[in-house]
Amino acid sequence: MIKKKIVLTGIGGQGIILASTILGHALTREGYDVRISEVHGMAQRGGEVRSTIAIGYHGAIAGRGEADVILGFEPSETYKVVHLASKDSWIITNTHRIVPTTVSLGKSEYPPTEEILAAIREVNSNLIALDANRMAREAGNEITANVVMLGALSAIEVLPITREAILEETKNRVPPKAVEVNLRSFEAGYGYIKNELGKR
Amino acid sequence: MKEKYKHLLVDEPGKKFFMLANEAIVRGALEAGLDFASTYPGTPSSEIGNTLFWIGKDAGVYFEFSVNEKVAMEVSGAAAASGLRSMVFMKHVGLNVASDAFMTLAYSGVRGGMVIVSADDPSMHSSQNEQDNRYYALLANVPMFEPSSPQEAKDMTREAFDLSEKYEIPVLLRTTTRVNHVSGPVEYGPLRPRGKKGHFDRDPSRFVVVPANARKRHLILLEKMEKIREEAEKSHLNRVETCEGEDCPENGDGGGSDIGFITSGAAYNYIKDLVDGGYVGGDILKLGFTHPFPEKPVLDFIRSHKKIVVVEELEPYLEKETMALAQREKVDVEIHGKTTGAFPYSFEYDPDVLKRGLEKALGIPCEDRGLRPKKVPMPLRPPVLCPGCPHRATYFALKRVLGKRDVVYSTDIGCYTLGIQPPHETADYLLCMGSSIGAAAGFSKATDQLPIAILGDSTFFHAGIPGMVNAVYNKADLIYLILDNRTTAMTGHQPNPGMGVDGRGEPAPMISIEDIAKATGVTSVRVVDPYNIRETMRVFREALDEDGVRVVVAKRECALLAAKKLVKENRRYYIDQDECKRCYVCVDQLACPAIYRETPEPGSPVYIETALCVGCGVCAQVCPFNAIHSEKEKRDEKGGGASGGENPVERGGDGS
Repeated sequence: MIKKKIVLTGIGGQGIILASTILGHALTREGYDVRISEVHGMAQRGGEVRSTIAIGYHGAIAGRGEADVILGFEPSETYKVVHLASKDSWIITNTHRIVPTTVSLGKSEYPPTEEILAAIREVNSNLIALDANRMAREAGNEITANVVMLGALSAIEVLPITREAILEETKNRVPPKAVEVNLRSFEAGYGYIKNELGKR
Repeated sequence: MKEKYKHLLVDEPGKKFFMLANEAIVRGALEAGLDFASTYPGTPSSEIGNTLFWIGKDAGVYFEFSVNEKVAMEVSGAAAASGLRSMVFMKHVGLNVASDAFMTLAYSGVRGGMVIVSADDPSMHSSQNEQDNRYYALLANVPMFEPSSPQEAKDMTREAFDLSEKYEIPVLLRTTTRVNHVSGPVEYGPLRPRGKKGHFDRDPSRFVVVPANARKRHLILLEKMEKIREEAEKSHLNRVETCEGEDCPENGDGGGSDIGFITSGAAYNYIKDLVDGGYVGGDILKLGFTHPFPEKPVLDFIRSHKKIVVVEELEPYLEKETMALAQREKVDVEIHGKTTGAFPYSFEYDPDVLKRGLEKALGIPCEDRGLRPKKVPMPLRPPVLCPGCPHRATYFALKRVLGKRDVVYSTDIGCYTLGIQPPHETADYLLCMGSSIGAAAGFSKATDQLPIAILGDSTFFHAGIPGMVNAVYNKADLIYLILDNRTTAMTGHQPNPGMGVDGRGEPAPMISIEDIAKATGVTSVRVVDPYNIRETMRVFREALDEDGVRVVVAKRECALLAAKKLVKENRRYYIDQDECKRCYVCVDQLACPAIYRETPEPGSPVYIETALCVGCGVCAQVCPFNAIHSEKEKRDEKGGGASGGENPVERGGDGS
């Protein structure tokens, strides 16, 4: 039986819940027993959001080292869940930084992205970083960065479903006039990862 | 009806849909023939109400957002007494509010099936405590079901209705965040007819609980519950899952293991995964019908095992019952759990908590493949008010006016509690819904400080009125600040009595907070738009100069609801880097998440993240140098070069 755990992490408003819902529907349609748990704290926007997709498990939380994939929508948030990955896991992170007010207020510091990525790379050689916001902007709308991330996830072929199944479900769940830009964003993420993997 | 909910009314038994457990609870109720439902929104139960809001009318179900949980309990209790199948649902602390009605409802009972959903929040993802509401089933003495998955949430809801109606007693469906907020495939059963009208047949000896009747009803309740214990003991919801195969090294000849796990709710999922994955061997007694405690299956289970590990979140309810049973029946068995120090009493379980617990209980070395990267300090990201949130503008104006004055911010349950974060720090004291005004009156009498009671519109209707009457009656000296954002924002924008819309999306009387305040005898009542900073400061100054209870209603629609309209007008703001003098008032005193600087070094530039800006324009009013402009303004004045009008906020101010 196929067993996978995928952790999506980021910030409220980035479309993480929508991305995991798309995957949940696509997996269910293909007949997989999938459970997704989501936790978003008190804040409607700007707070941490985490979603765990569990295929073939009863519990939809990943323990230490249990995540097959970490899909991070923001670099500092990716770092915060690295303990859920093992050295064999995939870690895909968006490099677009969302600076919290604590940094603007001088209450905490945000280290350079390269320092964060280097710390992760030291313990996991499968890290791939991409600027999903830039890709989404180039595709036509920055708000579709979550779909860039879905394309990236699809490209590593850990999920037991095809990219077409994810695309189909994406089309169903975005406004009709936004379908084209979402498809372009998906392709951008997918193509970037395939290209990166080709280099390895 | 919203497209995303249409599947809930599909009458095709056997068909599977992917959904949130909270939606599955609604489906289960529809399969049980739900007629009537009520709630006050509270996370993690909120989506049950949101779902009924969208499908209630099409499903033929009466549904209302009640003013609070107590009223919701009474409304649904009356429906059930009238023969309707009714459901009332709330978060765990909501049941505290409803507990007065709930306790006695167990005595008088129901005629139509009634299910009470209590959604607990272990780890307090969005709550002020993590009380274990399973004890409410014991306290009221009503039956309790504990589902573990979306499928069980649906199935148990349906069964709970049947049990409730059979014994004329409300049934508690106790869920937790990791049940309510888990999605998964749910296989449908047949729908039953819904939406009938009831009739209340008088029976004062039962429904009027004067002491003489209450005494009889308590004995009847005890009798009922003994019969229901037999139901629990033979229920298929309590089942043994025998460990089999090579993954089960402790397997004895009898086909079972020496080790047995007793578990319920979300905790079952984690132990099940560890057993299935070969991490630990053992049989599992999965309990779904947990009150009355199913003694017989538990006794059989502990007699046939040498070591028992009880795996349950929060309080050791199953554990203590099991221990008591073992003692009474003289069963020689090791029982491990919280009371033996293997498992924690606090926070939700996860695979790591279980692994550590199993190490302590059974000596299985804790496996850990988790990465340990070099420690790099990450920025703190506490939950904060959204960009454009009107509460931020109110807090900015309030702090400017109050300056260094010795006040107590007596806050309440809602988005505005996030004012606890710097730089606003407008939260000093909080207990529960409505405590702002109750406690403020206490601070007024107990100290010489000025209490500022802060609560939202929905919380005002929920529990803010009696406290206001008390403050007026007892001549308290305080400011009662009501942040009216025209919705119940934090739980996902449910309607409330101030909005003119009801739980079926139909027009409803719009109840005025100001009028209620005046009717209570408050003579100082002011309403202000917090997006107008100068005016808001003026109102606070006036209120500060008065005595007694002064009500200020800061009225402005929630920014999340308004954002779409504002962004459409393309009113996003930007900072003119030539005009900006790097005074950081916008950053240090307003602290909108859309305004940021990368480093705290003096002279570092300030930017507005256009993706986050909703165009409220408050920052432009706050800037002492008129360096913040809207894109619309720029377009209108193309080539003009003129900055905005006179700034409404004096430079510096007396804020802290």
